[in-house]
Amino acid sequence: MRFLLIEDNQKLAEAVMDRLGLDGHVVDHAADLQTAWDFAAVSGYDLILLDINLPDGDGRSFLSRHRQAKMRTPVIVLTARSEVSDRVGILDLGADDYMVKPIDFAELEARCRAVLRRRGGEAQNQISLGNLGFDSHSGVLTNGDRDIQLRTRELRLFEIFAKSPGQIFSKSALVERLIFHEDDISENAIEVYVGRLRRHLQGSSVRITTLRGLGYKLEIA
Amino acid sequence: MSLLASAAVLAVAVYFVVMSVASQVAQQSQDNVLEASARSILDSARFVAGEISLDLPYSALSMLDGVVHERVFYAIRLEEEFLSGYRDLPRATGGKAGTHGFFSAAFLGDEVRIASVQRSVATDMGQRVLQVSVAQTRMGQTQALARISRTSMGIGFGFFLSSVLLAIVVARSTIRPLDRLTVSVSRRGPKDLRPVAAPVPKEMVPLVTSLNSLMKRLKKSLSRSEDFIAEAAHRVRTPLAIVRTKAEVARRRVQDPATRDALSEMIHAIDDSSRTAGQLLDHAMVTFRLDHLSEQDVDLPQLVAETVERQRPVSELKNIHLMTSVLEPWVLKGDPILLQNALLNVLDNAIKYAPDGAQVDIVVKARAGGAVLSVSDTGPGFPEDEMETLTGRFARGGNAGDVIGSGLGLTIAKEVIDAHGGDLNITNIAGAGGCVSFFFPLS
Amino acid sequence: MRFLLFSLVLTAFAQISAAFEIEDQTRFGVEGGAERLRIISTADIAFFEPMVDPFLTAHPDTEIEYVVVSSAELMRALQDENETFDLAISSAMDLQTKLANDGMALRHSSSATLSVPAWAVWNDMLFAFTQEPAAIVISNAGFADLPVPKDRHDLIDLLRNHPDRFRGRVGTYDVRASGLGYLFATQDTRASETYWRLTEVMGALDARLYCCSSDMIDAVASGELLIAYNVLGSYAMNRVGQDAFSIVLPTDFTTVMLRTVLIPKAAASPDLAREFVDHLLVQAHAAPTDGVAAELEQIETSLNRIRIGPGLMVFLDQLKKRAFLSEWTNAILQD
Repeated sequence: MRFLLIEDNQKLAEAVMDRLGLDGHVVDHAADLQTAWDFAAVSGYDLILLDINLPDGDGRSFLSRHRQAKMRTPVIVLTARSEVSDRVGILDLGADDYMVKPIDFAELEARCRAVLRRRGGEAQNQISLGNLGFDSHSGVLTNGDRDIQLRTRELRLFEIFAKSPGQIFSKSALVERLIFHEDDISENAIEVYVGRLRRHLQGSSVRITTLRGLGYKLEIA
Repeated sequence: MSLLASAAVLAVAVYFVVMSVASQVAQQSQDNVLEASARSILDSARFVAGEISLDLPYSALSMLDGVVHERVFYAIRLEEEFLSGYRDLPRATGGKAGTHGFFSAAFLGDEVRIASVQRSVATDMGQRVLQVSVAQTRMGQTQALARISRTSMGIGFGFFLSSVLLAIVVARSTIRPLDRLTVSVSRRGPKDLRPVAAPVPKEMVPLVTSLNSLMKRLKKSLSRSEDFIAEAAHRVRTPLAIVRTKAEVARRRVQDPATRDALSEMIHAIDDSSRTAGQLLDHAMVTFRLDHLSEQDVDLPQLVAETVERQRPVSELKNIHLMTSVLEPWVLKGDPILLQNALLNVLDNAIKYAPDGAQVDIVVKARAGGAVLSVSDTGPGFPEDEMETLTGRFARGGNAGDVIGSGLGLTIAKEVIDAHGGDLNITNIAGAGGCVSFFFPLS
Repeated sequence: MRFLLFSLVLTAFAQISAAFEIEDQTRFGVEGGAERLRIISTADIAFFEPMVDPFLTAHPDTEIEYVVVSSAELMRALQDENETFDLAISSAMDLQTKLANDGMALRHSSSATLSVPAWAVWNDMLFAFTQEPAAIVISNAGFADLPVPKDRHDLIDLLRNHPDRFRGRVGTYDVRASGLGYLFATQDTRASETYWRLTEVMGALDARLYCCSSDMIDAVASGELLIAYNVLGSYAMNRVGQDAFSIVLPTDFTTVMLRTVLIPKAAASPDLAREFVDHLLVQAHAAPTDGVAAELEQIETSLNRIRIGPGLMVFLDQLKKRAFLSEWTNAILQD
């Protein structure tokens, strides 16, 4: 996905860009409102990540302007401020969601997806994988005449495989990618999700194979 | 009460003033008549053929007998020599010729007022002082004063009544704008610190001015403390965010399992402290808002649906299914932000503690006596031995320092629900799981 | 005859030898009755008797002792502390007023005293129960060929025009001897200057002076006098043999004497005395049925009712009295 990150703290911005880059996302960074507006005006982004405290103004003024300009790009606010006092104002001003720093990136991804799903799938989000259709925004897998709504972990897991067909992922690597907050996902749990995905993929040209002692990989027949 | 007392004092004062003026006037008029009588007698005195001749005018005495009959006495004396009238009538001592004097004395069984006038008469023995004293009982005066006493008591009482009435009317008209002011101020939301613009009588302008000045300062100090909290959060959270992000990136990049575990623990610790900081800040905010509880109409099922929807991405990450199987309509008066926060805290706990694949059902049921909002999960429920402890933590002002994580979340929820006149209950449903329910009584 | 009666009374009631002279004395009701009322009065027994009878009917077991004295004696009797009377009745309004004024009377206030006209009560001490006009009594025989005078002017003209006929045959009070005469005379002078002209005319006709109204009426009835001035009308009306004289109430003004009663301070039965006063007032003011009152009503406008009050004391003043008597004597005797 293509993100616009509006964040005045350079170190945090770099870390976030690094982190999102690890998942294959493309991130543009704007350190102030004016730059952000310039970026937003010329490039199409899937999502805008907006910090509230900015050197040349309040992130809320960006929201207002964004809404007035009828820009379609969803905005998730990343705030360091208290939820209680800021939440209402942020959502009322047109933010699609918000997260409180520090951000759990698994949660961020889940929220991004939920936002995009709410906005409705767009054509370019549709990818084909063998004879499967997949909308990464809505998380809907189309297998023949079946539309399967993947649940978050299944979705996340499927995306990992789908982005790199043929690549072998160890169980521990998968655990690492699926980890959310401090929760520990067992490697057994990975087996459970892989099992579910295999059921969804039955009858298609796509399958997930087990490489004993190494891990899993996605194969397209 | 002080109003009544001062009116009574004033009324008594009015009574005494009227009485004092009246008795002075009565005394004055009696003295005037007595003097006129005495003078008419004195004027009739002639020195003829070696002796004093007095043609006592009939009116001299009859004029003293009014509607109220009075006993009348007189004495005519030429210096020490008694000429006519009542020999024993007390006489004024001293005094020069041509002067007059009044005094009261007892005579023949009654209190009398005596007027004495005198003038010098040319006799064959030279100038001699002729003195005429006229006395009158004070029946009329007494009766008149009794009448005036009754009247002035009436006046005093009337004054009392009318001043009480007037005071009530004045107090009412003074209090009415005050009431309006009170209503307009107390109806305000907790954050409404605009100056009072309601029209008030000019006596109350200083009050309103100082009220407005207080609001201004309050607003300033509140926004300062809000700013402070926000700033504190910002200062803490931003570095935490940097560290956590970098740690996550590092964990993805390193291959050494020991280092990855260390990084995982670090992230874990950051999340822990972040959550605690968040809840402490939340708690501070909740406490502040509870003191200025706003009274909006809150659509409970809508609030629940929105809150659940917001938590859904997080729950799905944990493979926990949030359900809202029953959302019956209910509107209550309260602070939606606080209520949402309370529910968020409970949902947060449920998502945190429910096992993988669990269901959490959020239900709003409208009943005759009120509404129940319950959050129940299919998890193991609350540990029975901790139920007591959890409840114990709800006490407001409890040692928040010891409380981290879910405990504070429930404390916040409990405080919010209490402030809305409701109840928070924690139960384990046999064979199902834990259940946290809010009860909102019909207001 | 009066003198004879006087002597009889003296011997009959020798036990009431007092500091004052008793003219007559009698007892009404039950001798040794449970209740006893002593009345001292200037009114004849015959005059008083009709008033006392109804009271005795209402109070059967009551003894009323009635002592008749002159007004001056009445005053002296009351001031003498050895004599206790329950009621004092007198025609000498000035003396009664002075008694009351000097504190010799008890106050009394009742529904009866409140219902009578204001002029009939003074200071709740003095109560008027009769109205008695001073009248002119003329001999019918003597006036057979003369017009009857209606007022003092007529009288003056008459006397002036017929001095020979009236010389020595005009009578009036000797104001030096009679308290009532003095009262009438002084009140006349207050009402009009005519009195002095009349007095001088009478003096010029060698007027004869009397102590009492009854004597004057007797003299007119007998033809000894042709005219008597300032006679108590009530006595004249009650006199038998009225064809001999006529009673004239002067139309310019008719002086009306009020007979008054008071309760002396030393009264032994003040409560019974109060009841008697009420009885007198109710009887007198309820319905003016008797002749005098009815006649007075017709001439209400010319009535000069003597007002009870301290004004009456003016003529009791020794200096004033001396001056008045001196003037009167000069007018009537013309020596």
